[in-house]
Amino acid sequence: MREIVIASGKGGTGKTSLAGSFASLLHRKVVADCDVDAANLKLLLKANVIGSHEFFAGRKAKIDPDVCTACGKCAEVCRFNAVSKNYTIDALSCEGCGACHFLCPAGAVSFNETLCGHYYVAEMGKGDALVFAELLPGGENSGKLVSMVRTKAREIAEARGINLILIDGPPGIGCPVISSLTGAHLAVLVTEPTMTGVHDLERVVGLARHFDIPTAVIVNKGDINPSCTEDIESFCRERQLDFLGSIPYEPIITEAQRQGETVVDFAPECQASVAIHSIFDKLMRKLEEL
Amino acid sequence: MRIAVASGKGGTGKTTVAVNLAFFMTSAGQKVQYLDCDVEEPNGHIFLKPAIDRTRPVLVKVPVVDQDKCTSCGECSAKCQFHALVTLPGSTLVFPELCHGCGLCSIVCPEKAISETMREIGKIEAGTGLRGIRFAHGILNIGEPMGNPVIKEVKREAFPGYVQIIDAPPGTSCPVVETISDADVVVLVTEPTPFGLHDLRAVVEVARAAGKSIGIVINRERGDFPPLSRYLAEQKLDVLARIPEDRKAAEAYSKGRLILEALPEYRDNFIDLVIGLGLLLGCGELKGRRQQA
Repeated sequence: MREIVIASGKGGTGKTSLAGSFASLLHRKVVADCDVDAANLKLLLKANVIGSHEFFAGRKAKIDPDVCTACGKCAEVCRFNAVSKNYTIDALSCEGCGACHFLCPAGAVSFNETLCGHYYVAEMGKGDALVFAELLPGGENSGKLVSMVRTKAREIAEARGINLILIDGPPGIGCPVISSLTGAHLAVLVTEPTMTGVHDLERVVGLARHFDIPTAVIVNKGDINPSCTEDIESFCRERQLDFLGSIPYEPIITEAQRQGETVVDFAPECQASVAIHSIFDKLMRKLEEL
Repeated sequence: MRIAVASGKGGTGKTTVAVNLAFFMTSAGQKVQYLDCDVEEPNGHIFLKPAIDRTRPVLVKVPVVDQDKCTSCGECSAKCQFHALVTLPGSTLVFPELCHGCGLCSIVCPEKAISETMREIGKIEAGTGLRGIRFAHGILNIGEPMGNPVIKEVKREAFPGYVQIIDAPPGTSCPVVETISDADVVVLVTEPTPFGLHDLRAVVEVARAAGKSIGIVINRERGDFPPLSRYLAEQKLDVLARIPEDRKAAEAYSKGRLILEALPEYRDNFIDLVIGLGLLLGCGELKGRRQQA
């Protein structure tokens, strides 16, 4: 089984639009939307949710005012300033370490698992599945939820004899990105030819290196700044990253999204779709080499 | 006053709005400080071009186990919620990247075998950017999962007597909550697409849960997108400014230029934004000006 992760460092470079197009072009696959803060792939892929699951992770402290003796121990041991003067716990500040719970002499602090979000399994037809999740707003443990989505996707792939999992990753380089990347077979990084895009690409390339994951690069909106696109190509050569190609800036990509379709389905003849097809072919060849 | 700029979805134009707002307010005589809390991918420096005059590491506490004193009783690893300690026969291992620095292990160890040391997870750089804008950003080291301690340190750079413009990371999870926690107002930048709207809904909930006033900026506007207009009307959210879809703006951005420098006609959009912010913050005398405009 092979797992490909679409990631980017910078947000809004077109990860999800591209992942949607790849999903449409792939024959048999399980798709895992690991951007659990902002799971958008379901808006492009026509999928029927067949299972929804609660995701509990991490615990939060709560003080029982009837048992609390106001001794101050909890506030003394809490390093996250989550205990207020009147001995209530601010759930947003609580890190879930349990210091107050374990050290309260009166046993007044409960410490229960909290609901952090939900994950879903959806059918895309022809035996393909989409797994996605939604972290509750402001939620913690996004990395663990990503792991849960990947585990579920692998289970489904195994059960159905599917040998490819396409992962749409979150932006950034922090815990949910690390959870999306670890153990994957190929990272496909989507960037744009802007100074910020290049800056963020370098950091996420560093992260993929750190975890020793083969890496390929795609430039979206390549014609916005052709000389910058060339710089990215030479950056890829220097770092021995596979440069898969560049996609032109076309408003029809946004229009496809507004219509809830991938661009390769909505406008198969447009230049962007033609570019995506050629990138997809290179990607498939790359996968065979791995 | 602290203005946080956030978005839910990545790439909607948070940094564009934040740096141009900083530049615009500075040009109007306001003392402004720009704080970049997107510590995973900080970008504001590309536009504000600060001369960095101060750098300091961000350190977090991590446990060190004195293996001679450790009896492998397992108390520390049983209590650690983050699986940062694993007790084996004869020793206890520490996984520093998983540690949240709560200090519980050192308190509960019956043998007093655990002390704490400092570990660097990133750094803060501070200086002065274009037009004298005070600047600070945090940079999380590559491979580190947790940015929140770095975000906290960036916010500690806030300088009295300045308006802080705080650039938030994308998403809706704990780093965003930390970034906006002490803001007076949160500007949410969205784009008129299904993805933009989906993620806006989530971040509105985050900002509301934190009890913040919210103003909306619609970026890359291209005709009306009825689902967004309906949502904003239902939720009674004010649009402070609209920035049109414009290839010239995208090209200026790609070269690391401020829109207000490259395309001065965008001044009006930022006047709208500042007046809108003033209204949100209760400056009543601005009402008349907006009606005139």
